[in-house]
Amino acid sequence: MKSLAELEQLRNKTLARVNLRKEDDSNIRVVVGMATCGIAAGARPVMKALMDEIEKRNISNCFVTQTGCIGVCRLEPIVEVYIPGSEKITYVKMDAEKAVKIVNETIVNGKVINEYTIGAAENN
Amino acid sequence: MELARGHVLVCGGTGCTSSGSAKIIEEFENCLKDKGLENEIKVVQTGCFGLCALGPIVIVYPEGAFYSMVKPEDVSEIVEEHLLKGRIVKRLLYQETVVDEDNVKSLNEVDFYKKQQRIALVNCGVINPESIDEYIAFGGYTALGKVLTEMKPQEVIDEIKESGLRGRGGGGFPTGLKWQFTANSQGDKKYVACNADEGDPGAFMDRSILEGDPHSLIEAMAIAAYAVGADQGYVYIRAEYPIAVNRLRIAIDQAKEYGLLGENIFESGFNFDLDIRLGAGAFVCGEETALMTSIEGHRGEPRPRPPFPAVKGLFGKPTLLNNVETYANITAIINNGAEWFKQIGTEKSKGTKVFAVGGKIKNTGLVEIPMGTTLREIVYEIGGGIPNGKKFKAAQTGGPSGGCIPADLIDTPIDYDSLISIGSMMGSGGLIVMDEDTCMVDIAKFFLEFTVDESCGKCAPCRIGTKRLLEILEKITSGKGTLEDIDKLEELCYSIKNAALCGLGQTAPNPILSTLRYFRDEYIAHVVDKKCPAGVCKALLSYVIDPDKCKGCSLCAKKCPVGAIEGVVKNPFTIDTNKCIKCGVCMESCKFGAISKK
Repeated sequence: MKSLAELEQLRNKTLARVNLRKEDDSNIRVVVGMATCGIAAGARPVMKALMDEIEKRNISNCFVTQTGCIGVCRLEPIVEVYIPGSEKITYVKMDAEKAVKIVNETIVNGKVINEYTIGAAENN
Repeated sequence: MELARGHVLVCGGTGCTSSGSAKIIEEFENCLKDKGLENEIKVVQTGCFGLCALGPIVIVYPEGAFYSMVKPEDVSEIVEEHLLKGRIVKRLLYQETVVDEDNVKSLNEVDFYKKQQRIALVNCGVINPESIDEYIAFGGYTALGKVLTEMKPQEVIDEIKESGLRGRGGGGFPTGLKWQFTANSQGDKKYVACNADEGDPGAFMDRSILEGDPHSLIEAMAIAAYAVGADQGYVYIRAEYPIAVNRLRIAIDQAKEYGLLGENIFESGFNFDLDIRLGAGAFVCGEETALMTSIEGHRGEPRPRPPFPAVKGLFGKPTLLNNVETYANITAIINNGAEWFKQIGTEKSKGTKVFAVGGKIKNTGLVEIPMGTTLREIVYEIGGGIPNGKKFKAAQTGGPSGGCIPADLIDTPIDYDSLISIGSMMGSGGLIVMDEDTCMVDIAKFFLEFTVDESCGKCAPCRIGTKRLLEILEKITSGKGTLEDIDKLEELCYSIKNAALCGLGQTAPNPILSTLRYFRDEYIAHVVDKKCPAGVCKALLSYVIDPDKCKGCSLCAKKCPVGAIEGVVKNPFTIDTNKCIKCGVCMESCKFGAISKK
């Protein structure tokens, strides 16, 4: 160990992998619907894509988790993003490609991708 | 380490390991593989969560679901329901965390954890103790980095002094002052050492820190070495703690690999190396001079002080010796500052203390509370009260060196000085709760048996004196004692206290003195009335059958192992007290409550 900076670097590298254990409300929570309906509609590759992208970009303030059936099975796979201090965003009819976009736009930049939201889907 | 969406934390402390947590980890790994989840969910073996009574414990993050008393056959259900489908298995949750059908409250809001504040145990049950990366991710080694790159040794000592930290091994000596003495001593070579010999029956916080967060000890010892000018450290740990020894070994190897032990750490020119020395588990080796004699390779016997270790310690060189829990507070003080630490606790006892709570209490386990918390809060709020609706009688703190706190002092705030003032002591933090069925003379006898066994035999007051104390206690509990014996017992206690060479002998009479102080009437009942009020001392008991309640079913006579019960069916039976061995089987077997002990 040569310097504090080196230690900090090491710390940041691992932080993303353990922060889901910290009871910290400032983290972004990404919830994937993984009931039978969700899995059948392809929730698993969506979740995989979310995690791969988060890992690739080494995002440390966010974790991915899963939930049961949300109730709108026809719109699965569904991904909900909880950003502390703002309203929940519900993305529907997800696929792996869209999932990557969510990470880049919503999680990193805090921007809502309107066309993927449940509001947009219901208006069609 | 891969990014995982869920972490399954399984307690790998000694308590949960002995109730089968290793098997649970194996089951988790197998079930996850079956479901193809092995790359998404990570199984982590951690240190002790504290709630040992409910082990084996499994916590699943990010939900923070706290599963208790998990059996290997429950694992597939947790994997299938919780990890695959995201539905928490309510049935297996620690029921205190369940609010209603849909809501689960955070662990920190549960009675057991609510009043606790974790400083020494902060990482226990949170990180994988065998991963230096996780320790670093949770802020590890930043204190060492800060000390080596930004602080002078004297500044470090001043910070510790200012914090008011006192030795957690039991003595309560101000830690900063000890560091100062060692730093001031002249010597071409100095040592730092850690007392991990934890000998008090019932105390296991040092073991849990080593098992759950070994790097915190390594980091703190390196900081101490820098502050006092040492370059070599020893951890003296009993061989009876195999899990702790193993994890500490792994941690030391990792720290060496990362250059956090060794030469020129953080390019500061500071060198520090750390070695483990195994003890054979003798109680006296927890005494500092005996401990150092043992590290040197000699028979573990104490020697008179002064000279104190700070002047002439290991191999005749100035040595700093602290206990594991004391070291476990150091990094928090450096990271957060002495001012922060000072705000926790009471005027003369700062910070927190870890207690191993055992005996007649619902939530046995490990708790860390701010100094000044009352015994009532520990017993009734954190501990969940006494099982089976029994009454609280007393609590023993400080193990064989301490004393008891009776029920009428249950509101005493717990800190070093208030415990001394009521005739007990903090000790290393064993806290044994006793209910109304406990005989206080018997308890004193139990602790004396321990000290007689563990006396090293070097000085006569301890070797001969404790044996005589035990003989008098045996005389009293067997119904042959006299009032004179009680006076003799007390007198001998004071002689031993004054004359014994080391802490073991000087404190050995404490359990007798404190039970005499608060429960003298029980001693008197034993010698005058020849009765044991709690119904424990066998020689003073007799089992009797109430002829009005006895239906003459003959069950007790059939169960009696020595054939002491006779009678004719459908008529009241009788017990022949000459034959009776007072095993109590008859009382347990009677369906009509006709048998009682007097």
